Amino acid sequence: MQMRLAEGTAGARILAFGGYQPARVVTNDELARTVDTTDEWIRHRIGVASRRIAGPDETVADMAAAAGGKALAASGLSAADIDLVIVSTSTPETMMPCTAATVATRLGMSGPGAFDLNAGCSGFCYALAAASDAVRAGTSRHVLVVGAEKPSQWIDWTDRSTCTIFGDGAGAAVVGPVTDADPAPGIGPVVWGSDGSMADKIAIKDRRSFFCQDGQAVYHWATTVLHPVGKKACEAAGIDPGELAAFVPHQANLRIIESIAKKIDVPRARVATEIVYSGNTSSASIPLALVAMIGRGEVNSGAAVLLLAFGAGICYAGQVITAP
Amino acid sequence: MSMTEQEIVAAVGEIVEEICGIPADQVTPEKKFLEDLEIDSLGMVEIAVAAQDNLGVAIPDEQLRNLETVQAVVDFVRNAAVSA
Repeated sequence: MQMRLAEGTAGARILAFGGYQPARVVTNDELARTVDTTDEWIRHRIGVASRRIAGPDETVADMAAAAGGKALAASGLSAADIDLVIVSTSTPETMMPCTAATVATRLGMSGPGAFDLNAGCSGFCYALAAASDAVRAGTSRHVLVVGAEKPSQWIDWTDRSTCTIFGDGAGAAVVGPVTDADPAPGIGPVVWGSDGSMADKIAIKDRRSFFCQDGQAVYHWATTVLHPVGKKACEAAGIDPGELAAFVPHQANLRIIESIAKKIDVPRARVATEIVYSGNTSSASIPLALVAMIGRGEVNSGAAVLLLAFGAGICYAGQVITAP
Repeated sequence: MSMTEQEIVAAVGEIVEEICGIPADQVTPEKKFLEDLEIDSLGMVEIAVAAQDNLGVAIPDEQLRNLETVQAVVDFVRNAAVSA
């Protein structure tokens, strides 16, 4: 028996990004009224000046649909063109059903494949890799990828070591095949990995627990292990780090971001610092940072951008993309 | 690579200056990181990472907590260099 296989395509690219952040801005001074901290300490240690926090009735699915709708509109495609939806989240309201199917229906799609993916804060890069591979293998033509998170519902708001870090939001990308008109492949090979021996370093241990992390261990790990991953992702894509127009690491902590950027050595790249006004939005942080940078004209169409994500698991992933 | 005691003190001073902005000449062996230099636990992790990058000496987090003075870090670096 000879099985027929899907007909693939040479490359996948990002057609458009879209982002959504809740309206409510929470400043450091507001937090300092309820926990023992200061604006100066939070800016210096974490790099956050303010963050957006979702309302009590605003769900991960709501934010994912809002961001996904914007990316879809910007891509020029119609809802019916999307045949797969992947939502990366580690803070969903429900363990089942998945968020992705709800998002697809809310956006008026015609029953695409849909699943959620949990790789902690690195989920967007994992979802982007899965989408790229699905398009290249020919199992999907257009994929909506969303990183959507509401960490605020898993945080102990009396714990100054964690409530100062996070923000809510969602970022999305539409992935499709490379056409003859496109100058570059668009999404480079992913370099990914994990270390389950550090599973307890970043965790929400059960459904009744708050988020907890060993900040020192995570800092130490992130600033010693990740820069070779970023370099490998560049190498896999055949791009010299010196050619990068932008470096968009997961927005975990400004000091971690600066340390990794220095070690990869990206002299010409603009380094994302969206954490300052959004906090750590977990797997939404990379697409949200890209939306902001593209909106400000800092990343031009066709520019090479290195994405590098890391978080609970511990899981990490990085790839070079071409900006839409 | 073999460094003298003074070279290690100077190297630790440079790291502290780079990370915390405290002039290297104030980073003398008897100083306590927390009480005298006001460097907290996260600052210590940053110093440990820099020590690994600059001096090739890995200081595990659990041992870092016991290194309260500049001299203790200098001793750790010297002993690690000897045993390497």
